[in-house]
Amino acid sequence: MVNSVTNLGRSGVYDWLIQRVTAYVLALYTIFLFGFLLTSDVSYETWSGLFDQTWFRIFSLLALLSIGAHAWVGLWTVTTDYIKATLPRFLVQALCGLIMFVYVVWGIQILWGL
Amino acid sequence: MLVSLYRYNPETDNAPYMQDVELNVPEGKDLMVLDVLNLIKEQDPSMAYRRSCREGVCGSDGMNMNGKNGLACITPLSEVLKNNKLVLRPLPGLPVIRDLVVDMSLFYKQYEKVMPYLVNDNPPPAIERYQSPEDREKLDGLYECILCACCSTACPSFWWNPDKFIGPAGLLQAYRFLADSRDTAQEERLANLDDPFSVFRCRGIMNCVSVCPKGLNPTRAIGHIRNLLLQRAT
Repeated sequence: MVNSVTNLGRSGVYDWLIQRVTAYVLALYTIFLFGFLLTSDVSYETWSGLFDQTWFRIFSLLALLSIGAHAWVGLWTVTTDYIKATLPRFLVQALCGLIMFVYVVWGIQILWGL
Repeated sequence: MLVSLYRYNPETDNAPYMQDVELNVPEGKDLMVLDVLNLIKEQDPSMAYRRSCREGVCGSDGMNMNGKNGLACITPLSEVLKNNKLVLRPLPGLPVIRDLVVDMSLFYKQYEKVMPYLVNDNPPPAIERYQSPEDREKLDGLYECILCACCSTACPSFWWNPDKFIGPAGLLQAYRFLADSRDTAQEERLANLDDPFSVFRCRGIMNCVSVCPKGLNPTRAIGHIRNLLLQRAT
């Protein structure tokens, strides 16, 4: 058993599962957006009409949280692979965490502040 | 034929270097790479490498031949030779003790972690612990590993985290005992593997499968372990 406190779920299975589930959410969101862009004429009305609907705001927020979790698991893995010294690794991880946190909060503000 | 050898003797050399040796191999024969090394050692007795059974059973002469890991004793020259040149390097990712001899301590440390032995707390029966032919069959493709380290030293995840990631060889053995119907420590074994490094550093690139001299499939075993961990956790 290798101890680690900086990964998202404290357990390998948990991280692995989060990575897979969020990947499905992101794939669905991407496919939906592509479908929307292809099937409707994109104008201010259709676009803001889409984002006016609560279900789509929830879907967008889910996708945003998924990106945060997905990126955290992925970048955590990359940093533990390539940055061997503890302090630089921790600083890079903290920076990644901060950026993701800002994006999530900012995204919430955009979604519900329109 | 030109053989390019990785040479390093820490007592006399400051740094490793490649030594080119021109060698006349007997015509009409397909020598094994180990035979070539033996010919070289006749010329230069200071050349160091491990070998023992010379028939792919002991796993001593794992090395990197023209970029691919394998056992020198069962790799024919015709299979690896490129432009009549052979480059021999030690197994990648492990500390070099001398020439082609590597320090396998980390490899064995990871192997030890998976408890590579049968655990059964029930009182032993008078004769032996029986196993049905079907249960025995589940161990095929797992027990044949000879611990030559060709797979683990071909794995980038093991290169980056040899102290944390068990590696394909160790995980194949972990599954060999997880799959054994006579073993009673499955819960303890899985609990020891449920962290982000031991199993989950495997990214499934299957270098291990491509180099295994015994034709085993550690990636599949790792997939089975992952499923067991998932079942245990959900």
